[in-house]
Amino acid sequence: MSTTAAALPEQHATPAQGIWGWITTTDHKRIGVMYGSAAVLWFLVGGLEALLIRLQLARPGAEVVSAELYNALFTMHGTTMVFLFLMPLAAAFFNFIVPLQIGARDVAFPRLNAFSFWVFLAGGLLMNGGFLVGAAPDAGWFGYANLTSKQYSPGPAVDFWIVGLALLGVSSIAAALNFIITIINLRAPGMKLLRMPVFAWMTLVTAFLIVLAFPPFTIGVVYLLFDRFFGTQFYLPLAGGDPLLWQHLFWIFGHPEVYILVLPTMGMVSEVLPVFSRKPLFGYAVIIYSGIMIGFLGFGVWSHHMFSVGLGPVADSVFAAGTMLIAIPTGVKIFNWIATMWGGQIRFTTAMLFAIGFIAMFVIGGLSGVMHSSPPADLQQTDSYFVVAHFHYVLFGGAVLGIFSGLYYWWPKIFGRFLDERIGKWHFWLFMIGLNLTFFPMHYLGLHGMPRRVYTYPEGLGFDRMNLIATVGAFVLALGTIAFLWNVVRSRRGAPAPADPWGGATLEWSITSPPPVYNFAELPRVESRLPLWDDGVQPRTQPDHADVHVPPGSFWPVLVAAGLFVAGAGALLHSLIVVLGGLLFAVVSIYRWLFEPFEM
Amino acid sequence: MRLTLRTVLPLALLVMASCGGPFPQSSLDPRSDFASEIDSLFDGIMILATAVFIVVEVLLLVTIVRFRRREGGPEPRRIFGHTGLEIAWTMAPAFVLVLIAVPTIRSVFRTASRPAGDVLVVEAIGKQWWWEFRYPELGVVTANELHLPVNQTVEVAITSTDVIHSFWVPRLGGKRDAIGGRTNRIFFRPDSIGEYLGQCAEFCGVSHANMRFRVYVDEPGAFDAWVARQRDVPVEADSGSLAAQGKTVYSTSACIGCHTVEGVSAGAVGPNLTHFGGRRTIGSAVFDNSAEQLAAWIRNAPAMKPGVLMPPLELADDQIAALVAYLHSLQ
Repeated sequence: MSTTAAALPEQHATPAQGIWGWITTTDHKRIGVMYGSAAVLWFLVGGLEALLIRLQLARPGAEVVSAELYNALFTMHGTTMVFLFLMPLAAAFFNFIVPLQIGARDVAFPRLNAFSFWVFLAGGLLMNGGFLVGAAPDAGWFGYANLTSKQYSPGPAVDFWIVGLALLGVSSIAAALNFIITIINLRAPGMKLLRMPVFAWMTLVTAFLIVLAFPPFTIGVVYLLFDRFFGTQFYLPLAGGDPLLWQHLFWIFGHPEVYILVLPTMGMVSEVLPVFSRKPLFGYAVIIYSGIMIGFLGFGVWSHHMFSVGLGPVADSVFAAGTMLIAIPTGVKIFNWIATMWGGQIRFTTAMLFAIGFIAMFVIGGLSGVMHSSPPADLQQTDSYFVVAHFHYVLFGGAVLGIFSGLYYWWPKIFGRFLDERIGKWHFWLFMIGLNLTFFPMHYLGLHGMPRRVYTYPEGLGFDRMNLIATVGAFVLALGTIAFLWNVVRSRRGAPAPADPWGGATLEWSITSPPPVYNFAELPRVESRLPLWDDGVQPRTQPDHADVHVPPGSFWPVLVAAGLFVAGAGALLHSLIVVLGGLLFAVVSIYRWLFEPFEM
Repeated sequence: MRLTLRTVLPLALLVMASCGGPFPQSSLDPRSDFASEIDSLFDGIMILATAVFIVVEVLLLVTIVRFRRREGGPEPRRIFGHTGLEIAWTMAPAFVLVLIAVPTIRSVFRTASRPAGDVLVVEAIGKQWWWEFRYPELGVVTANELHLPVNQTVEVAITSTDVIHSFWVPRLGGKRDAIGGRTNRIFFRPDSIGEYLGQCAEFCGVSHANMRFRVYVDEPGAFDAWVARQRDVPVEADSGSLAAQGKTVYSTSACIGCHTVEGVSAGAVGPNLTHFGGRRTIGSAVFDNSAEQLAAWIRNAPAMKPGVLMPPLELADDQIAALVAYLHSLQ
């Protein structure tokens, strides 16, 4: 009798092993690792696309790739880096870190969380499937109507893009709702909202942005789907439709999307800077309010992407002023970060270098952003390489450096092993040099009249040398990426990490590295916003042996995602039966999911 | 930190030294009132941005050098914030932005309205992947090469017959999108004679990169002479000449389905060729209008410009030579 009673909880605390364990997992940490792995793989894919783009542009009139392939490459480079690299890599940290930071055992809806991941994977695979049949999306990541109409894009390329985006939208909205509910409801006792770590705060703001920004985009995509599949005319000017409708729907999503990419990394940097300066964050509340302000204002500026479409001077002025306003909370953040370091004891770990690099580079992207907040100036800059330079300083200099800062910071927590600091510094400096070599000349290229999205340019326009420098820079970035991958491989034999390797202040550092499956044996009581610095919470030296119930995992989420994948593939095949079959399979799986017993 | 200076500085110098030039399509070399207005606005913003850049980056560098960890250094003081500083660095960017916003909005309204006085109206119609230019008051239709008189205010009325394009001549002003069912207008007065390069700036499909055009700004007399030539019917070639044979080829082949030559054909798909011989470029200002290039174009246009609607023409070499002679005779 006593033996069976002892064996039962043992089963509960041990998750399923092997591949099946990963497929059916509902553990936020494993889902986080899967998000991260997929995102890094797609970073490599998007990076290879970028290298091909840069090879083609290295000299005038080059014929490395055809015009058709080039257009597919820049479309998929943008789409991949936004939807399949930066967003899921941020999601990896939301998943792994946020429940630990707020002192929770998992997210509010673990199976929904698994579902979000599998649908993301399905959407990403479907979208890239176009390459396999020679029909990769090729109308730009912004997919402007009416170029995307059946008449001007007759092949299935745009359909791959639509179906992929639809699934990615489902994934993002489900994940965002999950995180809003988790952060609001599952905080440890005593963790008031204004005691919450800044990364968790920025996750919350980002999740709200996703929930609010994706619906208009989804509507835009559905209109496009109707135009292409059922012959409606939402975007067709000759039939009385309006291609500008797409631009409004796209950018009212697309501009908040920039903050969806950047705010999480601002949160990461806000965690890293204090720890390696040994000082609390300067202006904690102001940094949070300014993050909320950025998110809020981000919904009122979409038309600054449309200054050249002719909205009239009043609209242009209003959107210009709104755009300039965003520079204020952004500037406030920068000053607070510098003030955090001021008077500190700064340790130049790799994570810290990436965080400092983030500030230095993001300032450049922010300032060039202010330049095209001015509509007349933007009329020269928009759709030129100046804009390419600008948003790569924001998204590479900002978001990518920031996210690697978080990656080096939390890696020992996630895997229980350190990344090598020496290789990490090579990675950092290669990235810094590479990104400036690649993207700084693009400012000049744009101002000197080189438009974006051109697969070739003639000699004699003065574009040759700067393009060659940019191409060299891209290969320096590739070297940096190789250094990172080598570091990841090496880390399997890296030094084991203690619970709190950096002297952190937040709850994730109080449990062992990697964390036990149940995270916290006993939910911590939080008295301040720096529990490890101020509340006397001690990092564990070894996991508590606790009899904590852990859900056993479920295969229904992956089956629902599979059903949606089949439905999407059916749409691409123009087969109603396959679409309905996939949807039916998904609905039945949802039904089974709902009635799945809690105990197995 | 020594590593930074040693590696970054020489590279930065290299970048600057390599910028080179000349830049015939540069927005930084304005040649009209519109382009100059934008350029001076940009200069002002650039100065402010550079100042902010220097202040922030120097502050950042000073901070990380001065407060780098030293062995046995004191435990940092626990400072959580400072209300006065927060107010200060909220107001500072706001002040800088006002300095940008005021001239910006003034400029927006100044460039948006039609200037008083005599204005020459030109219609620019974007098509995959070339431009049609019409002078409705002068009765002239041409393609890819826009002629304008110097010091004359121009209104360019921009639209499209297919997807969205964007009309951009960096030295003459900012770009405006060409959108089906809508007409956007820009106004500018070119102030120097010369040849200016233009290019479609909105991604519009396979050959977006090959949708270039030229603007020729001439003395008023030269412009009037050009207009007069455009309004005349070209001189008929002597019968029996190569050009006359070419006319026969033209009017008996697929050319007439798409192209207009006044008095010969009335196709509306491709560029109007009535005065083709006077143009300096072909294929939307991508190739020289030489006999060799034109022959190659007629033989297999898609090989020179991906996606172009003009199919390879199944013509013998002597027919192509005659056709080239005919087209070049259309002055």
